[in-house]
Amino acid sequence: MKHLDEFRNSKHITAIVSQIHSISQIIGGQVNLMEVCGTHTMAIGRAGIRKMLPENINLISGPGCPVCVTPNSYIDGAIKIAKADKTRIVTFGDMYRVPSGNGSLEKAAAQGARIDIVYSPLDGLEIAKANPHQDVIFLAVGFETTAPLTARIIRYAQDQKINNFSVFSCHKLIPPAMEALVNDLNHTIHGFICPGHVSVIIGSRPYEIFPREYGIGCVISGFEITDILHSILILLEMIAGKRKVSVEIQYSRCVQRDGNTLALNLMKDVFDVVDAEWRGIGVIKSSGLEVTEKYSKYNSACRFEIDKKGLSDKKGCICGQILKGLKKPYNCRLFAKQCTPEHPVGPCMVSSEGTCAAYYAYER
Amino acid sequence: MCLAVPMKIKKKKGNIATVSLGGVERNIDISLVENVRVGDYVIVHAGFAIQKLRKSDAKATLKLLNEISNETLG
Ligand code: SF4
Repeated sequence: MKHLDEFRNSKHITAIVSQIHSISQIIGGQVNLMEVCGTHTMAIGRAGIRKMLPENINLISGPGCPVCVTPNSYIDGAIKIAKADKTRIVTFGDMYRVPSGNGSLEKAAAQGARIDIVYSPLDGLEIAKANPHQDVIFLAVGFETTAPLTARIIRYAQDQKINNFSVFSCHKLIPPAMEALVNDLNHTIHGFICPGHVSVIIGSRPYEIFPREYGIGCVISGFEITDILHSILILLEMIAGKRKVSVEIQYSRCVQRDGNTLALNLMKDVFDVVDAEWRGIGVIKSSGLEVTEKYSKYNSACRFEIDKKGLSDKKGCICGQILKGLKKPYNCRLFAKQCTPEHPVGPCMVSSEGTCAAYYAYER
Repeated sequence: MCLAVPMKIKKKKGNIATVSLGGVERNIDISLVENVRVGDYVIVHAGFAIQKLRKSDAKATLKLLNEISNETLG
């Protein structure tokens, strides 16, 4: 679509940045805005947005990289399944190199485990159909953007009577994690730049608790440079009292208040909301999705009797504090020294949208 | 990982549609979005359309950006 290029128009960029500067002067004090989503962290780094902002505007990166918040226990579970008889793991590429206490999927593959890297969960189903004598397991990692896809393929597996396919779920929910951060006393967050594609699915309603209960404004942002700058401007206007503190949808071309109801209903049918462990953050109440009883046949955790309990992080890695937005990558003594994208120590460096990887690429 | 990009629907048959992005064609699943028509733009994530892109709203946002520009830069 031609007019989408307009979202990178340099005239708009100059104008919004200038407005951001004037309103920041009026506000005066330090403002902490959290970009929750890893895709925003990447876009902000690539566009050099941090450097365009006045000094008192501090953008902090949130826990919105699904691979980064996946706990060691899950990776260990996946490795255990990978090493079992006649199994075949299907995963998104980002998960492949994440280190846990017991190695990584990459190392398991080197020792003979079968692991396929795929672009879509649909590929997992195709692999299962083509290999009826193998037990095919999809590593279902991701937030609300990805969870409906997993729900969909479980229903396809049922419809098409594919019995050698199951899902090892580590799906997580964004709003409960945001609330946990708001309640963390070490934190002062003045506004949230909310994830665009999570919100395509969940809509804007789940964020309404933040202005209502905590007085914190939320803007659901698109991913182009003017989208993000525009969202920052809207948040600053809320903070300066020029606009009602509320949930606004800047990314209105894709996000509606009710989200994608078809996808939400599918998720409700296939998953139960459960407490879940986030790497570095701990267990957050009602923040994860587990395959519900009705579909337990398609739940790898049941099939392989995997216990999803935790182990601690690698020594020296401060991913946990980075995921909470309390520290920045250059506060980690391993950053860009022992820990690089070629030799990642922690998951924030493995995933292309991890905060450490984004800072390594763009903000060193 | 939540990366999703707009693609244009070229053909459709049941739950499957052919989309194009930068001249490359591929098939995606459209079962998560209602009333997808040929010519629509959809947001595609990991092989699935997750929403339609609404042109009218894209234009409205651009209009707002234009207003900010005119107001600031004259
Ligand atoms: S730089 Fe590496 S070791 Fe340090 S916090 Fe990030 S991922 Fe962990």
